[in-house]
Amino acid sequence: MTKVFAERMNAKLSDYRDQLFKGSETERERKLVTSSTLYIGNLSFYTREYQIHELFSKCGDVRRVIMGLDRFKKTPCGFCFVEYYHREDAENAMRFINGTRLDDRVVRTDWDAGFEEGRQYGRGKTGGQVRDEFRKDYDSGRGGYGKMFGHVELL
Amino acid sequence: MNRGRRRPYEDTEGGERYFKRRRTTSHTEKKEEDPIKSQILTAGEKTSSVETSIESVAKSLESELATQKAKILELLVEVVTTHPEKCSVYSTLAGLLNAKNYNFGGEYVETLVKTFKEHLKSGNWLHAQYTLRFISDLVNSHVISATSLLQLYDTFMEGAVDSTVPQVRRDWLVFAILNCLPWVGRELYDKKEQTVERLMMTIDNFMRKRKRTHVGMLRVWSNDDNHKQEEYLECLWLQVEKLKLDGWIEKHINRPYLAFDSVLCEALQHNLPQISLPPHHENMLYPAPSVVYRMFDYTDCPEGPLAPVLPGTHSIERYLIEQELRDILRKYHNERRECTSHLLEYQHNNRVPLEYMVVEVIFGELFRLPTPEYLEICYGSVLIELCRKSPAIIPQVLAQTTELLFERLDTMHPACIDRFANWFSYHLSNFQFRWTWEDWSRALELDPDHPKPKFIAEVILKCLRLSYYERIADSVPKTFERLVPPTPEPIYKFADRDDGKTEIGTLQSKQLQAAFRGKAAHEDMIVILSEIPNPLEGDEGGPTSHNPIAIDVFAQTLFMLGSKSLTHAHAAIAKYQPVFKRIVENEDAQLCVLKSAYSVWKNDTQMLSVVVDMLLKYQIVECAAVANWVFLKEMQPDFTRIYLWEILHLTIRKMNKHVSRLSFDLNEAREKVRKAEMNTSESEDEDGDHADNPKDKDNKDVPTEEQVDKMEEKLEAAQADQKNLFLIVFQRFIMILSEHIARCDTDGKTFNTAWYRWTIGRLQQVFMQHAEQVAQYSSTLETLLFTQDLDRNILEIFHQFQALRA
Repeated sequence: MTKVFAERMNAKLSDYRDQLFKGSETERERKLVTSSTLYIGNLSFYTREYQIHELFSKCGDVRRVIMGLDRFKKTPCGFCFVEYYHREDAENAMRFINGTRLDDRVVRTDWDAGFEEGRQYGRGKTGGQVRDEFRKDYDSGRGGYGKMFGHVELL
Repeated sequence: MNRGRRRPYEDTEGGERYFKRRRTTSHTEKKEEDPIKSQILTAGEKTSSVETSIESVAKSLESELATQKAKILELLVEVVTTHPEKCSVYSTLAGLLNAKNYNFGGEYVETLVKTFKEHLKSGNWLHAQYTLRFISDLVNSHVISATSLLQLYDTFMEGAVDSTVPQVRRDWLVFAILNCLPWVGRELYDKKEQTVERLMMTIDNFMRKRKRTHVGMLRVWSNDDNHKQEEYLECLWLQVEKLKLDGWIEKHINRPYLAFDSVLCEALQHNLPQISLPPHHENMLYPAPSVVYRMFDYTDCPEGPLAPVLPGTHSIERYLIEQELRDILRKYHNERRECTSHLLEYQHNNRVPLEYMVVEVIFGELFRLPTPEYLEICYGSVLIELCRKSPAIIPQVLAQTTELLFERLDTMHPACIDRFANWFSYHLSNFQFRWTWEDWSRALELDPDHPKPKFIAEVILKCLRLSYYERIADSVPKTFERLVPPTPEPIYKFADRDDGKTEIGTLQSKQLQAAFRGKAAHEDMIVILSEIPNPLEGDEGGPTSHNPIAIDVFAQTLFMLGSKSLTHAHAAIAKYQPVFKRIVENEDAQLCVLKSAYSVWKNDTQMLSVVVDMLLKYQIVECAAVANWVFLKEMQPDFTRIYLWEILHLTIRKMNKHVSRLSFDLNEAREKVRKAEMNTSESEDEDGDHADNPKDKDNKDVPTEEQVDKMEEKLEAAQADQKNLFLIVFQRFIMILSEHIARCDTDGKTFNTAWYRWTIGRLQQVFMQHAEQVAQYSSTLETLLFTQDLDRNILEIFHQFQALRA
């Protein structure tokens, strides 16, 4: 476990693959190794774009930040994409920012094959990210209890 | 899967499970290590003792020599530069192999020398340095004769006294020898006392004649009050001289060959072949000089009968340990977990206050002038990792460091103050912004331009950017209010005012807002703006110039439209770029846009920086305009703030990137033409027409002569712009500094104020951050700007810059 985490403190690809990628597996792999876009996860719902910009600019010029939004409420739901101009800068963000804190939360960075319209929305049933539906813990930065379990525990 | 199980690492993101579930095939692969390689790599690391481990590897390699010689040779040469920390392990191993097999020893020396020559020829100074040290250590393990090593040193010294080549080259040659002497000094002294004496005298002579102009630009602190800021070669020379006084005995290096003395002393030694230095040529780059960073002495470290003592400034151990810690940082800087493990498990850790030395080395690298080797955040992330791994000690040492650096801010270089503020705010953001601000209360009484209050204000500002306003504003004491910036909100000049007065243009600004909302055509907006009276018109009735009020109305209204977030600002500027292009016709007009941006965003400097960046990107303003804007009177209140200089540097960087991209494209195009020409001549020879020939396909995107000419023109124009940009920047600096000095002279006051020190430091910073580009225009700068009639304090900065490469 610790080992897996340790391996991700560098610029290598992780094991996660976007299941909704439109294209062949070769295409996806090719994009992943040439992309300069990162997926950033485990953000607080309250973290704003300027904070992300400030932090990720420490690794190079940021082309744009795309905030992840709740599909229905259109409010931040705890993830974003950061697009750099250069792959090298994204690699540095993978090395130096992954696993450090923003807004007191340990952020997770991963390679992304590139942003496409629609991907800024949460894919969970309730509009947010899927992980926030299955969570059992209380996370004040991410809307409290998990959506599927939360109401049970509150009873 | 056990969902309820606690994560072994508490900070691991809760979502990990989710991602694991979706995992497809594993994309990580493991390569099989080959046995000989893994043996060599683990030599000196296994089980009982270093010596037995080396001995067993030697035995095993010896038996493989008959079949695997080439591979073993190759690997044993490779480890010299890949594992410099195991220098004496491999020299011992080589010694044992040589004792058993003299011919192999000979071949090894030959291969090693060949590689060494290649490093020298290609200017790979670091690898050359490692290799020379290893070759020297081979004298200790009786592989190489002392006489032939001293001859090699003589060759180096001959190169070092050659006054026709740059000092940086000569410095490196001397450095390379001094770097070896802790390892081999004793052995050489025992065998060839007089030759060593003579070598030391030659070096001494060299050191006396050496120029030190560059030192002023490389010092983190402008005085030596706390620790002497010694030039690297000077310091190493003093350390080696002290070593000599101590009878060449040091207490740091592991010397496994001592245990094999009985075997090794029987071995025959090889003479190094004649090695001549590759001649100097213009394109050869040598290692830049530096100043040794010192922050701690033994009084800073914990006391106690068992507490290890920090080696003194001129003890060779300090040098050796620092060098090894730097090697670890260099080797693992991209893998912060491994990096910190190696740093904290450093083998000599019980003999020195390791954490202090590690922290000092990291800050030394972070503050390195002209520029740090790696991104600032690289050092920051290593420090965070160190705090996690050693929570009982490192956070304490870092707090002590912060206090100590804060106390020494008065004389710290502005470029380093920037990095200190960047690091500290970033570090705080990883540790809940907890800090005892009260301890710094005395700084509140100082002149606001003084580095201490300035530093606090900058740290607070950077913390705000990484967090949110209320949190930071609430976390600092009430008394620090003066240093907390205003809330980062836009200021709109054309808003409705309580006093009933209205700015000229308010009416049009309202119409413009409606036009934005109604997604009106750009042309309609131009019509609205054209109704605003132009203050520049009418007096002389000359040709119509730009309209400052119209620009202000449009720019401010547009910035307000995009004020919700950086993305909104970006979208607004991108969308209405054509309107900007219509109303912004010249540099004065560009300055108007920048003034409007400042007027709206003066309280949100992050937004201001991003907006200026976008204005440059969409070519609404040019780099030259930004440079002029930075030095405007209107910007004086912010002249000593970090963000303004970040904007200037981003502007210069943009220009530099533009030039290098054009030059890259041109070279690529020329290369294509060259290849195509070669192909045509080839196919003519062959006299065949292959339609499917891949070469023909290449030919399709071969640029025409006309296209290449166009690219050349473009590059030349960009270079002219770049040169012009530097001329503007330096001219503004010279003007503002000269005015200041002259004014203080007339008033009978000292010119050396806090403002002056900030400004002169910012001037140095431009030279340092863009050294490569500025160097191209050095002679123009010398004839046009940095002339002899200039105040010597300003001129000196230019001379320091020139000395960095001389």
